[in-house]
Amino acid sequence: MSVLLFLAQTLRIAVPYLFAASGGAIAERAGVVSLTLEGFMLGGAFGAVMGAYYTGNAWLGMLCGIAAGLLLGTIHALASIRFRADQVVVGVAINLFSVGITRFFLQLSFGSSSNSPRVVGFGSGSGGGSAAFLANPLVWLGLAVIPVLAFVVNKTRFGLRVRAVGEHPQAAASVGVPVNKVRYIAVIASGALAALGGVYLALDQHQFTDSMTAGRGFIALAAVIFGRWDPLRAGVACLLFAAAETLQIQLQAAQIIPSQFVAMIPYVLTIVAVAGVVGRSTPPAALGKTSE
Amino acid sequence: MNDSAPAIRLTAIDKHFGAVHANRGASLVVRDGEIHALVGENGAGKSTLMKILSGMMPTDSGTIEVHGRDVTGWDTSEAIDAGVGMVHQHFMLVPTLTVAENVVLGREPVSAGRFDRVRAVRDVESLCKQSGLDVPADRLVADLSVGEAQRVEILKLLYRGARVLLLDEPTAVLSPPEVAELWKVLRRLRDGGATIVLITHKLDEVMAVSENVTVMRAGATVEQMRTRDTSPEKIAKAMVGRDVDLTVRAGRSASDPTASAALDVRHLVVRGARVDRAVHDVSFRVAPGEILGIAGVEGNGQTELLEAIAGIRAVTSGEILLGAADITNRSVHTRGEAGLSHIPEDRHRRGLILDYSIADNLIFGQQHQFTSNGILLRDAILDHARSRIIEYDIRPTDPSLPARALSGGNQQKIVIAREMGRAFDVLLAAQPTRGVDVGAIEFIHAEIRKARDAGKAVLLVSAELKEVLTLSDRIGVMYGGRLVAMFSRAEASEEVIGPFMTGAKRELVA
Amino acid sequence: MMNQRVRTMMEESVLPPLVALVVALVAGDLLIMAYGQAPGVVWRTLLEGTWGNSYGFGQVLYKATTLTCTGLAVAVGLRAGLFNIGAEGQLAAGGFGAAVVGLMLPAGTPWLIAVTLCVLAAALAGGAVGSVPGILRARFGAHEVIITIMLNFVVLALLNYLVSAKLHVPETLHTPEIHAGAVPRLSSAFAAFHGSAANWTIVIVLLAAALVWGFLFRTRAGYELRAVGLQSDAAEYAGIRSGRVWFNALTMSGALAGLGGINFVLGYKNYYEDGFTGGAGFLGIAVALIGRNNPVGVVLAALFFATLSQGGLAINAMVPKQIVEVLQGIVILAVATAVPEVRRLLRGSMQRRKASS
Repeated sequence: MSVLLFLAQTLRIAVPYLFAASGGAIAERAGVVSLTLEGFMLGGAFGAVMGAYYTGNAWLGMLCGIAAGLLLGTIHALASIRFRADQVVVGVAINLFSVGITRFFLQLSFGSSSNSPRVVGFGSGSGGGSAAFLANPLVWLGLAVIPVLAFVVNKTRFGLRVRAVGEHPQAAASVGVPVNKVRYIAVIASGALAALGGVYLALDQHQFTDSMTAGRGFIALAAVIFGRWDPLRAGVACLLFAAAETLQIQLQAAQIIPSQFVAMIPYVLTIVAVAGVVGRSTPPAALGKTSE
Repeated sequence: MNDSAPAIRLTAIDKHFGAVHANRGASLVVRDGEIHALVGENGAGKSTLMKILSGMMPTDSGTIEVHGRDVTGWDTSEAIDAGVGMVHQHFMLVPTLTVAENVVLGREPVSAGRFDRVRAVRDVESLCKQSGLDVPADRLVADLSVGEAQRVEILKLLYRGARVLLLDEPTAVLSPPEVAELWKVLRRLRDGGATIVLITHKLDEVMAVSENVTVMRAGATVEQMRTRDTSPEKIAKAMVGRDVDLTVRAGRSASDPTASAALDVRHLVVRGARVDRAVHDVSFRVAPGEILGIAGVEGNGQTELLEAIAGIRAVTSGEILLGAADITNRSVHTRGEAGLSHIPEDRHRRGLILDYSIADNLIFGQQHQFTSNGILLRDAILDHARSRIIEYDIRPTDPSLPARALSGGNQQKIVIAREMGRAFDVLLAAQPTRGVDVGAIEFIHAEIRKARDAGKAVLLVSAELKEVLTLSDRIGVMYGGRLVAMFSRAEASEEVIGPFMTGAKRELVA
Repeated sequence: MMNQRVRTMMEESVLPPLVALVVALVAGDLLIMAYGQAPGVVWRTLLEGTWGNSYGFGQVLYKATTLTCTGLAVAVGLRAGLFNIGAEGQLAAGGFGAAVVGLMLPAGTPWLIAVTLCVLAAALAGGAVGSVPGILRARFGAHEVIITIMLNFVVLALLNYLVSAKLHVPETLHTPEIHAGAVPRLSSAFAAFHGSAANWTIVIVLLAAALVWGFLFRTRAGYELRAVGLQSDAAEYAGIRSGRVWFNALTMSGALAGLGGINFVLGYKNYYEDGFTGGAGFLGIAVALIGRNNPVGVVLAALFFATLSQGGLAINAMVPKQIVEVLQGIVILAVATAVPEVRRLLRGSMQRRKASS
């Protein structure tokens, strides 16, 4: 029973990572740096709550969250592809902007700087380790998104082009692959996918709280890098990171390992992977390079 | 389509790049189903002409006809649709994709919404069989040899239905067995009805594989010949524009073996970016007061040779001695202190920091000498700059201007002033007059002679044979990473050296 | 030639702050109007609440002090061609280092010695964090962007653990108060600053900015560092070892960010508090970007962002202060996109002229 509970909790924690990591994987495979996942998630969470608040419908809330992600993704794409701005700077800017704009509208719409009123959502919204969250359709979507993305990246024409564009855009362009178009699609899709991670968080808790994503976008990015930019491996990394968190919550009472050390696991693993101490994690060759 | 029309007819093609007149009324006729060699020295305009034909760049004037159809002004995708494609010297392949994926990229077979990998592999395998190009379709391109990667490039064109293949110096990156393999493939493609234009400057290749040959000189097509009715001598004559005497034999090293060498290179082997042995067992000595010129078509190991001597490329084996000191594994800085000066071949990439001022560029690499306790000596740097600017006639004369703002000739003068204005015993000069105007060329040549007359040893590498002949006391020729001949100035002439540069003749120097 | 120099100055010095200012004004107007307020009044209130009274100005100076440090940190990295986005963690580490040394010093330690030791501790702690991506880059070629992001979280978690488990005052997330080495407030000399957090750390930091300028433009090491950042192939030709430069640059970058910790820990609260950095490390990227990686520009850009941030509080009664965070994001985005675009346009017209001549 406790094993089931453990799995359930792991899954619950993993869902936003899975969404955001799939967004990160597709954008980075296309060669665009994805420091923006945190901002996309936050925007998605806020959009979902706004939508749910004004329509009274969780599904419409979800669509609003996706729309917010598409909007942020488009900004990222325009700045990085059309204007060839430094993608790291763009990422930092969009994250800052997302924190500010959600707070601003939180204040404007609800007169609060910390949280929204309670809205309709998916699941009971009571939290805890119960398996009731399985009623949340986004959980199932979250579980499906990685395999679907893996299929898209590895088995479709679009995926082949994404991989080509992220590695050697000149070669892709020389055989008529529309490099920028592929990148636009990948980056804007990454906005929507990562936003779904935020939508899940907000509609699971039935409200928006200030900076509620709390660094999950960066854990997702760590999962992408630790997973060597491969969707399936990134998905496994998400589950691994979520399991570590679950373990930490379960062990909290026992105080065996300080929670902060468990929280470090994704980041330390990623650093080790990138430094190549055990099996080098090599990014797509054209990642972050602006074409001149 | 007109059956009697030639596959390609280029008429009066003119192309300018700024002040450079790359093609001057060039014309070319290639029969359907032949292998046609397009030869000429560096800068004769071969690549430009082929880029115009393949739609990569527009022509200023003149007409392009393919199978009798006027296609002037087309772009690459139209060219490919019409069956005309080019294999470039620099491959355009995605290393993380498989051979089959690279070949079909952009025209992928799709079934039921997904990329049909099975069909892609099958198509590519059958293409391999038909054409005789042997590459494993499922292998990652990153794992291929250079020769195999080149075959993938050819496969890409064939997959797109190309019937006219333009190959730009295809053998530059290949080993001899790979070259032999390429000839086999090209003949087979021709027998299958394809038309092939082969850009080369290697006369042995022309003789080995082509039916017809067109010679370019200074942007114009000067002569077209049937390969079997001509000879390397005739082709070489057309290339350089005067009689060529291939009967003179190369002399042995003309240097006095008893003289002490300022630079002594022994059995040097150096790895290149694509090949294991870009420099292959090269040995020579340069005496004080001597200019040793290395002639050769670019890409035959000269760059790697100089970089290895300068200390910016690792040596696989062999030794480099500066005077009596072994500097084989020493740092760039140590070599500089030991008396080595280096004019690098690419001033924009290596020789200058374009955003640094003229004054700061004039101490680049010697910054240690303009420092006291780690602090740059601004006054000394400025004084140094002012005197160098006057002495070497660098314009404009304001030492605080960024190097980027200067013309190519004046930028090169900064490099010359810096590398020749310092104390040194051995000067490495790589392409010292590339991209500079006539006045600057004379000036730079005079400076190099002055250094020689002052007792310095100069190792000169230039793609301009005339420059090598003008300046050098002895002349070596590099071909395929080897030093294939060594002449005294008296023995050397364009006519004598040309065949060694093109591989038509070789006489290995011990 | 004069033309060339004017253009370079336009591109490098004038354009980014100009874009920042214009964009901030336009975007701010829209947001203010969205909230139903009159932009003119709000902007005036913002200016009055920052540069218009000495308390507000003191707060601007205080915030600018930290931002100068993180901005310098990012700028030094970028001068060497490396993107340090780990200033947040390095700043926290610096503050923590200063606090630990401050707490260890006996009560009677002479003030000058105590401050010197704390400043060194801050720089060392930040530098130690910065050296990690430095080593990984120089040794393994690991990409510094990824390493510095990830290291932020590791460092912040570690510090959170050390404070909460080892050093905290019960019921809080801060260390006990430090008695040795406190840096006095500016108000101790200028009464007008009374109540503001502005303190003499600003002098230390301005000195650091001057030293960084001197280092970059007047020392051989700075000359070599910039060469590596501009053209690493040329640096190799000149015998400069890129790996060593990368390591030094990132270590120095971390030390500069760490120095910023002094401002809060010794100058303001006299203790280390979890989360005191509040995004100043990330804002350092914006500061460096708009300051064009030049120490003088960094100081000015730090003042700009500090004004925005303090101004948000001044106008909070009229529009939510979060408007400032939105503006910061928009300004960075605008500068990052507009500057290269305009530069390309300028270069393009220059090349066309060259070609036609």
